[in-house]
Amino acid sequence: MIAHRVHRDLARAISAVENGITDYHGAVAGFASFGHAERNGRRADVIGVTGPPGAGKSTLVDRLIEGFRTAGETVAIVAVDPSSPFTHGAVLGDRVRMQRHAGDPGVFIRSMASRQAGGGLAPATRDAVRLADAAGFDVVIVETVGVGQIELEVVAVADVILVVTVPALGDSVQTIKAGLTEIADIFVVNMADRPGANATALDLRHMVREGARDIPVLQTIAQDGTGVPELLAALERKRGADDSNAVRAVRFEVVRRARDQAVSRALAALESADAVAVLERLRVHELARNDAIDALLVILGGPAHAH
Amino acid sequence: MPIKVLVAKPGLDGHDRGAKIVARALRDAGMEVVYTGLHQTPEMIVNAAIQEDVDVVGISILSGAHMTIFPKVMRLFAEREVEDIVVVGGGVIQADDVAKLKALGVREIFNAEASTQELIAGIERIVGEYGRDRTRREAAQAR
Repeated sequence: MIAHRVHRDLARAISAVENGITDYHGAVAGFASFGHAERNGRRADVIGVTGPPGAGKSTLVDRLIEGFRTAGETVAIVAVDPSSPFTHGAVLGDRVRMQRHAGDPGVFIRSMASRQAGGGLAPATRDAVRLADAAGFDVVIVETVGVGQIELEVVAVADVILVVTVPALGDSVQTIKAGLTEIADIFVVNMADRPGANATALDLRHMVREGARDIPVLQTIAQDGTGVPELLAALERKRGADDSNAVRAVRFEVVRRARDQAVSRALAALESADAVAVLERLRVHELARNDAIDALLVILGGPAHAH
Repeated sequence: MPIKVLVAKPGLDGHDRGAKIVARALRDAGMEVVYTGLHQTPEMIVNAAIQEDVDVVGISILSGAHMTIFPKVMRLFAEREVEDIVVVGGGVIQADDVAKLKALGVREIFNAEASTQELIAGIERIVGEYGRDRTRREAAQAR
């Protein structure tokens, strides 16, 4: 069981990291109650739950908490919602669906605003997960909503990733952003009592079979718990299992980040004096477009690739 | 560093349109707002406030149960040795009871007619006066 003192210290540690007061190591050192985590040296199992808004992720997570608690495991949840790009405020509403566990000392729920302009997963979220592990929780669930790039960055944080979707009108697989299909370990079609659930599950199974990967496609009704035992069993099978999925997901995430970094560098290089001079020559018809592109690519540091 | 607020609806009170309007208004003022949902026990509210490490807990009671709920909440915070989370209240609360609640440590009671602008200004002022200055000072130093 996790003592009240640890809940308080974990919460304050997460705040300290979130507000830039200290880093992960400083936070662990600063809160004595962390030192007493007893778990036979086993790391917490980290489960990422993501998918489009309105898919019922929080309701499903609520059911997972119930399942883990019944099995005697303690659970920490980090639920991330996007901050408003205009006001930087946020309504953090995931807790509402899980709040029945708020009286249980074996459950810790922390809502976090992304605080990122592009909607990405803040470094604080990764540290919050590590802190929950250090505090002694057996399972850590990270829940993120499918806005911007948050859901893809969860790859770096989680051991297994659930992608939750719902039956939709039209082509359901399209409701899942392209990147999510690369990182999912388990697909869940929630609200499976709605029309189109079987078709959606079938679409997903076809997509998975093309890649020849062991990625279960399950159906659940989180509201009444249907399909949740099967989901918990699938999660249990993933624990310690062959992780070729992780290899693929991590490769995808590394390429994605490298691409983002290259874009940032390119945009910065385009502001340099040399680049601005080239663009000015283009503007006054001293340089053809192809030649301008070649010249700029040389400035950016790569080989010339005019069309 | 945004102000983090917990908006809580305890007990049998089944009306939360106001609480949701408040949550959105606070968000529009740049705050991070956690809404607990309805039918919270004092223990659920205190646990949520501690886990979320909020600056302020705003407890909204329209049902008249405030002299039962607030004392329990304040006692639970004391038992958990949490002194730096500010508690404020709103709803249908008589003037006599406002004084009693303040004596218990509830910093402010906003009556049901208060505008969202008054709420926002009130929360900012209270956090500035009674909030966790150590954290904010440290944050300023760290920048």
